Amino acid sequence: MKSSSLTFRKNAEQALLDTQLQRALDIAGSGFIDKRRAAMDALPEYEQLRHTAREIKEHTLSRLDEYLLQFEQQVLDNGGQVHWAGTPKQATDIIVSLCRDANAGKVTKGKTMVGEEIGLNEALQAAGMTPVETDLGEYIIQLADEPPSHIIAPAIHKTREQITTLFKQHHARLGLTQPLETVPAIVNEARQVLREEFIQAEAGITGANLLIAETGSTVLVTNEGNGDLTASLPRVHIVIASIEKVVPTLEDATVILRLLARSATGQEITSYTSFFTGPKRETDLDGPDHFHVVLVDNGRTDMLGNEYHSMLRCIHCGACLNHCPVYSAIGGHAYGWVYPGPMGAVLTPLMIGLSQAPDLPQASTFCGRCAEVCPMSIPLPDLLRQHRFNLTEQHGVKLKSRLALASWGFLAVRPRLYRWIMNRITCLLHWVSRGRGRLQKVPFAGGWTQSRDLPAPQGETFIAAWQRQQARRKADNE
Amino acid sequence: MRVALFVTCLVDLVRPSVGFAAVKLLEQAGCEVVVPLAQTCCGQPAYNNGDKKTAVRLARQVVDTLYIYDHIVIPSGSCGGMLKVHYPELLKDEPDYGSKAAELAGRCYELTSFLVDVLKFDSLDAAYDGQLTYHDSCSSLRELGIKQQPRHLLGNINGCQLNEIADTESCCGFGGTFCVKYPAISTRMVDDKVNNIKKSGADTLVAADLGCLLNITGRIKRLGLPIKVFHVAEVLAGMAQGPGIGEDEST
Repeated sequence: MKSSSLTFRKNAEQALLDTQLQRALDIAGSGFIDKRRAAMDALPEYEQLRHTAREIKEHTLSRLDEYLLQFEQQVLDNGGQVHWAGTPKQATDIIVSLCRDANAGKVTKGKTMVGEEIGLNEALQAAGMTPVETDLGEYIIQLADEPPSHIIAPAIHKTREQITTLFKQHHARLGLTQPLETVPAIVNEARQVLREEFIQAEAGITGANLLIAETGSTVLVTNEGNGDLTASLPRVHIVIASIEKVVPTLEDATVILRLLARSATGQEITSYTSFFTGPKRETDLDGPDHFHVVLVDNGRTDMLGNEYHSMLRCIHCGACLNHCPVYSAIGGHAYGWVYPGPMGAVLTPLMIGLSQAPDLPQASTFCGRCAEVCPMSIPLPDLLRQHRFNLTEQHGVKLKSRLALASWGFLAVRPRLYRWIMNRITCLLHWVSRGRGRLQKVPFAGGWTQSRDLPAPQGETFIAAWQRQQARRKADNE
Repeated sequence: MRVALFVTCLVDLVRPSVGFAAVKLLEQAGCEVVVPLAQTCCGQPAYNNGDKKTAVRLARQVVDTLYIYDHIVIPSGSCGGMLKVHYPELLKDEPDYGSKAAELAGRCYELTSFLVDVLKFDSLDAAYDGQLTYHDSCSSLRELGIKQQPRHLLGNINGCQLNEIADTESCCGFGGTFCVKYPAISTRMVDDKVNNIKKSGADTLVAADLGCLLNITGRIKRLGLPIKVFHVAEVLAGMAQGPGIGEDEST
């Protein structure tokens, strides 16, 4: 996917002025937050689970190579195949060639964020195939020709009216012209259209929430059942997953599943939790003839053991997005690449380069709510701060900020000089405020004063006033 | 008990009355207050803007200044979080300073938490005629786990009624330099906060962090809303008769 992360600031400003987007974000409101809280309140062992889940992931990451090889062996034993892709290009080449082997003209897709990461739809289209998204949210944004704006609710930026209009535009040629006034009507129409696509597709591609090493299974959670139809109706099922999705055992997977849905949507469990283990066996009534798993690295092995290691624990629940005040204000598209919100602000610079996304780690108040709700205890603000350290080292910080910080730092380590200068500045600002208590314009402070008054200093600094008071007390005592 | 007051740079520069209110409260609670004069800034602006070198230099200076005291009190959750939570991490690889920072962290307290948790002090000599609401700063709430302490103290003030702000866990949009680097996003966040403050029905806003307060006040005053703003220490010390933050001195 092409990135527009470089223009984050402009993207964000436009997003704030986009009334449709703001309305959609408003409607989404605190829904996810309230539902998550209710789910966690009903789960007394939440902290224990969280701790166990973290240990499972850390253990797996410490032996990632072993577990991935075990997973591969199990997939082979089950009659499937595993393909290893280091780069997005390698991954799309593998998948395009698998689809070609299946003579696929039409390819159904379950939701896969890694697919977005590697630009899968573009690659399939370039190869003359038609990818059809079957997750309702993904289907909507495919019709709108937009990228997802949320990792679990890709069309959260769209209002119902916008969706109705889109359906009208695209479904009229299918003879579907009935008015869509309710959500069930929208869902039913999408279902009707997609049912035909499921039957026609020669290959189906799904993502994976987990890979289980001991069984060679891939696990997919959905609420629509589209994943099952994508996986089992076509002759060829291709699973695409990033390498950190593997866990050792089925038991381990259940721990993470208990956290995943609760953190994401506040559900105890999603409507469908599907385990795909190899192609159709002789005794199976349904299922694909061929089962492939494409494992994607795309920079993840570089993260093993480095400062961003803990990010590999991420289970893509989206809780950090839902609780982020910046994400809630501007939505996902402003971030400019596949992954938005706090997890995206950590991942994007790692995947497309910090110089391509310098604003992402900076556009955070470090309010810490993301880390607080992260079921995998990822210290997201610390990781964002690490990006900021790196940005400084790579001279990626603007001259104005650098100068301001440098002069502040210069003074702050010279307390006597600092006290003398600061006391003059505060007295000057107090004088300029002429007793009104605030300033409406201050040189070099446009970022503040364009929307806020600046409370004026009360006069001399505390330290100066304190010193005077102490001297007076001393004199009085003498 | 001898207590060192780390007043924070924002209080020092913009609102010295908060420092005096903190001194008064601590003295009321029976403490002897000292103000180390070599204090400037905890280094958080550098730390959060990626300038680790400057942050380390400032952190070392603060450690040198405060290490000799047994109790250090800070009228800010944000600077308190810096000393308690971030210094040990920031200085962990610095010879000598790593262990000193870890030790110092255990001796640093945010003001309301020190009064309630350590001194068990709540016999305040203060009255406030108005409906207050309390804004939780993100660092007080999430880095230091402070929520009940300021509410407990405010509840002991004569005439005080405390209205809660809806969505009190959400950030006001200050974020240090965030608010000047991304003013549009920050304004949206502070607008949400100000709306919730209005809805609470309170006529006075208090908080324990001057950063949040300057931001929220700045917006309140720009919008011309009739809401007074004080640092929680000023109200608790009975020093909230004068003009609130950002208010005309003749009021």
